[in-house]
Amino acid sequence: MNIENKLLLGDKRACARLISLFENEEQEAIDLVKKLYNKTGKAHIIGITGPPGGGKSTLTDKLAKELRKRGKKVGIIAVDPTSPFSGGAILGDRVRMSDLALDKGVFIRSMGTRGYLGGLSKATQGAVKILDIFGMDYIFVETVGVGQSEVDIVKTADTVVMVMVPGLGDDIQAIKAGVMEIGDVFAVNKSDLQGADKTAREIQTVLDLGHRQDRRIPVVKVTARLNEGVNELLNEILSHMDYMEECGELSDRRGENARKEIISMVETELMNIIMKKAQKNDFLNNISNDVVLRKIDPYTAKDEILSLIKNK
Amino acid sequence: MDRPIRVLVSKPGLDGHDRGAKVIARALRDAGMEVIYTGLRQTPQQIVAAAIQEDVDVVAMSILSGAHNHLFPKVMELLNEQGADDVLVIGGGVIPDEDIPGLKKAGIAEIFTPGTTTGTTIDFIRKNVKRVQ
Repeated sequence: MNIENKLLLGDKRACARLISLFENEEQEAIDLVKKLYNKTGKAHIIGITGPPGGGKSTLTDKLAKELRKRGKKVGIIAVDPTSPFSGGAILGDRVRMSDLALDKGVFIRSMGTRGYLGGLSKATQGAVKILDIFGMDYIFVETVGVGQSEVDIVKTADTVVMVMVPGLGDDIQAIKAGVMEIGDVFAVNKSDLQGADKTAREIQTVLDLGHRQDRRIPVVKVTARLNEGVNELLNEILSHMDYMEECGELSDRRGENARKEIISMVETELMNIIMKKAQKNDFLNNISNDVVLRKIDPYTAKDEILSLIKNK
Repeated sequence: MDRPIRVLVSKPGLDGHDRGAKVIARALRDAGMEVIYTGLRQTPQQIVAAAIQEDVDVVAMSILSGAHNHLFPKVMELLNEQGADDVLVIGGGVIPDEDIPGLKKAGIAEIFTPGTTTGTTIDFIRKNVKRVQ
């Protein structure tokens, strides 16, 4: 039986292999996703993001268990950073999800960023599609622990859950641009720690200054480790989806995301084409040296490289 | 296709500490591999389920408590049942020499006992990984 039939019949091994093929940019995987693309779009894609050590994996584990109790199938993609030096990675998020491994209705996959910035890996969107085709009702995408600008998850998820913890900076952090702007639901995890109420209040105050006045962004206090507040958080996540469907924002958001995805693929492909040409006969190195020696300026160098694409 | 070797590093059984497994995990990471770490106290079923979902090339297990003769072959058996016979399986930890032939017979490719350098393990993986890189 071929990989396509196995995937559609719910064979986890086929699903896993297909994700690998996609990660390794094998044409076979891309062709298969192309062919089955009309089967995607059913899953609710939930991004879980926030600072390192915020408890994203533990929270994902608990949310997935709650959805399983409700009879839903759950896919989880957990992204961890790849070493910029060796290309290796430690993917350790399964540690918090041990007892989900044997659940027939759960599929967990770890991915390294493989040099990709923005908090996800290049193949994450492909893996989401494969899990969607595989028949998952909910797909969690857990980003690498983000700093202030890893906001790519917003281009992939229907609902972004921003996981915060008490005691991370003052209220000026909360009004900065970047990650604080992308949450649809905020979770203050580790709420058994001191200062949780203050953190939740500060986040809520800041969010209320925002532009999205038609829906108040909820801030939920949870303690994932003790399974406290998880149900409330899940209900807020699901109600965000209902809201998006009712007011039409879901199709707007998915349209916007599709547009960004296409543009980003075109960018990558164009870069590949140009760089292939620019590296021929050491062109790029020579032109960079000319810039260093002030023979030409970087703007002219850019024009020369771009002109390569017109030359056959 | 140039891609990183994916390794599941796991601790089957009831061992309470995993310093060795973490040292190996870090060494494999520094050798450019993607290491998926399972954490402590895994059953053979959990290890095999993770190996399948993560589509790994290698399963590396570490045991200190003496349960290797029971748990290592069980992992092999479950992997074969799943048709995952293209996964390279290696073991390490506190394992008496006289147990090694039996474990190899069960399909464990190599056993690394205390004192093995991480370089030896890395070389072994690179040379013996079954799937084309």
